Amino acid sequence: MSSAEIPDIRAYLPELILLIWASATLILDLLLRRQQKLAITGFCFLGVTAALLSCIPLAGTTLTTFSGMYVLDGFSLFFKVLFLLVAALTILISPRYLVIEDIPVGEYYSLILFSTIGMMMMAAGVDLLAIYIGLELMSLAIYALAGFVKRDPKSIEAALKYFLMGSFSSGILLYGLALLYGLTGSTQLAVMAEQVMVAGPNPALILAIVMLVGGFGFKIAAVPFHMWAPDVYEGAPHSVVGFISVGSKAAAFAGLMRIFLVALEPSKAQWEPLLWAVSILSMLVGTLVAVAQSNIKRMLAYSSIASAGYMLIGVVTGTDIGLASVLVYAMAYVFMNVGAFALVVLLCRRGERGDTIEEFTGLARVSPVASASLVIFFLSLTGIPPTAGFVGKFYLFASAIQAGYIGLAVVGVISSAISLYYYFSVVMQMYMQEAPKEHGLSPTPGLAAALILMVAGTLIFGIFPGPLINAAQAAVAIFLP
Amino acid sequence: MIAPQALGGFPILSLTLFMPLIGALIIIFAFRREQTQAIKNFAFVITLIDFLVSLPILLAFDTSTHQFQFVEQAPWIDAIGVEYFLGVDGISLLLVFLTTLLGAIAVICSFTAIEEREKEYYFSLLFLQTGMLGVFMALDFFLFYVFWEIMLVPMYFLIGIWGGPRKLYAAIKFFLYTLFGSVFMLLAILAIYFMHYNQTGVLTFNFLELLKTNIDPTHQIWLFLAFFLAFAIKVPMFPFHTWLPDAHVEAPTAGSVILAGVLLKMGTYGFVRFSLALFPVASQTFIPLMAFLAIVGIIYGALVAMAQPDLKKLVAYSSVSHLGFVMLGIFTMTPEGVQGAILQMINHGLSTGALFLIVGMVYERRHTRLIVDYGGLAKQMPVFATLFAITMFSSIGLPGLNGFIGEFLILVGAFRTNYIWAGFAVLGIILGAAYMLWAFQRVMFGELDKPENTRISDCNGREVAYMVPIVILMIWIGVYPKPYLRSMEASVSYWLNHVQQASVHRDASAKALLPSVVPLQANPVADASGKEE
Repeated sequence: MSSAEIPDIRAYLPELILLIWASATLILDLLLRRQQKLAITGFCFLGVTAALLSCIPLAGTTLTTFSGMYVLDGFSLFFKVLFLLVAALTILISPRYLVIEDIPVGEYYSLILFSTIGMMMMAAGVDLLAIYIGLELMSLAIYALAGFVKRDPKSIEAALKYFLMGSFSSGILLYGLALLYGLTGSTQLAVMAEQVMVAGPNPALILAIVMLVGGFGFKIAAVPFHMWAPDVYEGAPHSVVGFISVGSKAAAFAGLMRIFLVALEPSKAQWEPLLWAVSILSMLVGTLVAVAQSNIKRMLAYSSIASAGYMLIGVVTGTDIGLASVLVYAMAYVFMNVGAFALVVLLCRRGERGDTIEEFTGLARVSPVASASLVIFFLSLTGIPPTAGFVGKFYLFASAIQAGYIGLAVVGVISSAISLYYYFSVVMQMYMQEAPKEHGLSPTPGLAAALILMVAGTLIFGIFPGPLINAAQAAVAIFLP
Repeated sequence: MIAPQALGGFPILSLTLFMPLIGALIIIFAFRREQTQAIKNFAFVITLIDFLVSLPILLAFDTSTHQFQFVEQAPWIDAIGVEYFLGVDGISLLLVFLTTLLGAIAVICSFTAIEEREKEYYFSLLFLQTGMLGVFMALDFFLFYVFWEIMLVPMYFLIGIWGGPRKLYAAIKFFLYTLFGSVFMLLAILAIYFMHYNQTGVLTFNFLELLKTNIDPTHQIWLFLAFFLAFAIKVPMFPFHTWLPDAHVEAPTAGSVILAGVLLKMGTYGFVRFSLALFPVASQTFIPLMAFLAIVGIIYGALVAMAQPDLKKLVAYSSVSHLGFVMLGIFTMTPEGVQGAILQMINHGLSTGALFLIVGMVYERRHTRLIVDYGGLAKQMPVFATLFAITMFSSIGLPGLNGFIGEFLILVGAFRTNYIWAGFAVLGIILGAAYMLWAFQRVMFGELDKPENTRISDCNGREVAYMVPIVILMIWIGVYPKPYLRSMEASVSYWLNHVQQASVHRDASAKALLPSVVPLQANPVADASGKEE
């Protein structure tokens, strides 16, 4: 074996750091006494920060390693930074909630780290195996995280439901991948693309595409594979829902883009109508059903289904703007969606789940800062300037207009306008109704810092999106001729 | 298209634009909730300075050219060709002035009317002012859209928190309606952006660059309709007006003043600035439809206003009628009509703004807006009666006051285009006089038979102080409108010529679509400046 085959550490440096940290967390958890365990929060935050810092020198580097299975490129690095941000924010907002719900700290944080590693593998894999292993690592950790509030039957139900349906969808995905392998004789995406080109459209390929759309559609929570999302979001611990909705969705998009835009690029004519329909359905169903929700986590679940629809617009158009806009929106989604869930965490207190919309009644009087933050996140989710969410949607719709998908753009803007109604029904509760009772809000320093970060991110990327757009355009250059 | 720098290149537009926003941020971060008096004073000082800062724009404005003046241009988001690009011309100049004037008045009229959550209130009011000024100043479509949308947020809170009994419904209805319209405009903007890109290879949202885009008539129709939806909802034109009575009636006085005075003008401004300029062929095609909707609005608004028992609702519906005049003036596509329309935007801002202030004054004293609860107030409140009378006469277009000049010009334009339109417009004026005079009579004259009204106090110094500037302007414009008309003359002629020429030049066959258009009388000023291009 020549020295050239020793895997280049730069390709998986952040993953490696997280892996070491996650293992150390498990050991540390054994060593610490019960009262000291919250120190793990800081320890894990440090680890994620270290991994984030390790990304800085990697910018601009492109290399392939592990016998061509794993790459470092702009695309994978963009997503790695995104996942690490989600993980960092999730860690910051968690500690008080963990105490309230009596969740084992060490396992919780190490599972978040392991799941993040899985997400990063999905973004960096250019081989079906690497992508699938990443997907399973991410999913298994999240199944467990969803069920961490052991005394709450809803949490258990969420975990079980997510696990059963998730395994089923993974099976379907795996079957699709196997079919693809059978057709092309390779698991490497680039090689598969050549074979798909040669083979041309055939029934087996179409079957594989349908299964892949189903498998990834489940992970990104797109209609009609979305059924799990509201129940899981509602039941899972408040502090990980943001992680699930943003992280696993973005990771699935990364994997989906790698497979569809590289391996299946030659048969775009076959998968494009499918994703088009999924996109339209997700936007419409997500938006319309969200209007009827009285639980804010279910409402955000449906809004996240709609978001999957918006992001699919960019994949369907497949232009430079379209693909970049998926990344821009995903990054905006980190700040605004984790931010919205952070507010739910803030409202939670012992004995109260704090996740119905009535809980927000009169919040503006009690905590003007928290309320104003939520207004900013909701403006961003609706797509009103000057927020990152506006830039993301603007860019997505721009790609649809440019590529001539007027239908996608029209459905997109209509559902955005409707979404204002349900987001602002919460705002109405906060600002325009009197509080019936006292809210016992006591934000931890971490939660406060996370809120400031997310508000700043939402506004700064909304007012000065230039660097984000440039980074996203550079990242998707690999998919373009 | 861009005039040489005036005022030594001082960024006076940016200063005017962002001063309220900076003031709003200072209110949020530097004041405590309990310092209500300090917050009020500070907000007023900020808006007053903002008004004073905007005066040099008016004074240094060169009326001999249609070009954009005081222009500020800097790259903002290079990646997608967005610029920070501000400028005013004869079309937007007076609207900027109106906004800063009404902004200050809106603050001072709220001093006693708003008694809770003052900090948020004045923050919203100031924030709103930056949004509105931005709409009138922005010459980059992205920037324009940002301001266009951003301004909905403070208005939503103004209606929703400090509004009347049905405030929640009114607030979300206002927000949803206007957002629904504007998202289609966003798609149309993007479509033009990419058409321009395909033709030139340049990505830009610069309005003056996008103007050069060659848009074929079929696309013009669709894009015009998309813009139409945004602007017609804002104006509001019949049948998109249903949000307006709710929003106006439920909003606090200052909110109604701003809504009627400035917000509605964004729609009419949008038609003049963007729809006509970008889609000349489609604009001409849609003249009959637009005139029809405008006339329906005029008559319908007036009839519904006549039937209102609630004074504020009456004023709200009168806006539908008055804005119908503005739309009619624009789509006569004659210099008189369009000049009259722009002047009427200002007039409506002054007179309807003042009417809402007046309704606010009696409401503050009696906590009712029903006309039947009043009667005979003239004896009790002589100063108030005088102010009300002048305002009402201004609103119905009495010669000698501002409303007359605007309506007269619009009528001239309408007569030159189609005398049937003019006939309906005259009918609208008569109806307008009828409902206003009738309402005035019921409120002010007759017996002072309600015991509650005998204790009612006349206007105080503060109320007189904020009404006086409006009254002065009403009389000034009514007696000597020349400087106002002069300020917009060059721009109006230039843009009308642009519409005419572009549509003739681009598609000779489009003429077949335009049976009702009378040739334009070229304005010498515009010709001279047009040749410089």
